[in-house]
Amino acid sequence: MSQFFFFLTAIIAVAGAIGVVTLRNPFYSVLSLVCHLFALAGLFLLLQAEFVAFAQVVVYAGAVMVLYVFVVGYVGGDDETVHPWDGPAQKGIAFVFAGMLFLELCLAILGSGLKALDTRGAGFVPGFGSPGDIGELLLTKFLFAFEAASVLLLVAAVGAVVLARRRGGIHDEEQRLSFTEFMRPIGTGTTAEGVGTRDAGINLPAPAAPAAPRSDRETLPTGGERP
Amino acid sequence: MNWFVVVSAMIFCIGGAGVITRRSPLVTLLCLELMLNAGNLALIAFSRMWGNEEGQIFAIIVMVVAACEVTVGLGVIVAMYRRRLPIDVDDMRELHG
Repeated sequence: MSQFFFFLTAIIAVAGAIGVVTLRNPFYSVLSLVCHLFALAGLFLLLQAEFVAFAQVVVYAGAVMVLYVFVVGYVGGDDETVHPWDGPAQKGIAFVFAGMLFLELCLAILGSGLKALDTRGAGFVPGFGSPGDIGELLLTKFLFAFEAASVLLLVAAVGAVVLARRRGGIHDEEQRLSFTEFMRPIGTGTTAEGVGTRDAGINLPAPAAPAAPRSDRETLPTGGERP
Repeated sequence: MNWFVVVSAMIFCIGGAGVITRRSPLVTLLCLELMLNAGNLALIAFSRMWGNEEGQIFAIIVMVVAACEVTVGLGVIVAMYRRRLPIDVDDMRELHG
């Protein structure tokens, strides 16, 4: 029974991983990764890691993947552009590399002579991997790692906000400049203005400096009136 | 117990191949997630093998680090999109602000 579930979840997990790599549309890749994560949570359950499986489903498949879906929807899940220089050679090299890496890892793991690899695992107490046990370890033995992880999360959240925010200052400046340009009388800054043939009624101080739009706006209503 | 580690190695290699071949930074991040998850699976398998729970703590910390990485990476992608830069890892070769 346990073997049946192992092969079921393992096949789903590997198929999901292959789907992430091969599907062209990023949105389908994200959905495939969600499928992969659920199967992986099943594998964790088979390994008696209840709390980690739960966290995997809630945090990964829930929160992180929602973030991904939002960003894919925002950026636009376009298919990738094809460059002239990438042919089948790059993909071939990549898959050969992956296959060699897999063989090497398998050889390294199975040839490592770890005695426990062939067994069904050590014995465990009934509460193994339960939230209580994990929480106790996390708040006693691994307290420093816990705190460091929380600081890291805070820094990452602040960093993401700083990176992705709208540049407020720049946009305001652009809008104000375009507004004053719109309000300027016709011919400002041209040769006609210098010669004095633009319009005899309008004698404005030329608002040439775009860095001072405020003074420009103040002089506009008084100077713009015809005598 | 062998098979869990073999599956983990397989997922890791698939993720590595994806990081090499795909060009959209979104999918590259997804493949990085795959590799981190493969590491998690190996950690938990070894934790079960030795019968102590410290490997599971490691896996949780790895999850936190992956979440941070995703947050910052997606922030960078959104910033690239805002500045009308190409969403393509091969076109972005220089570090300019």
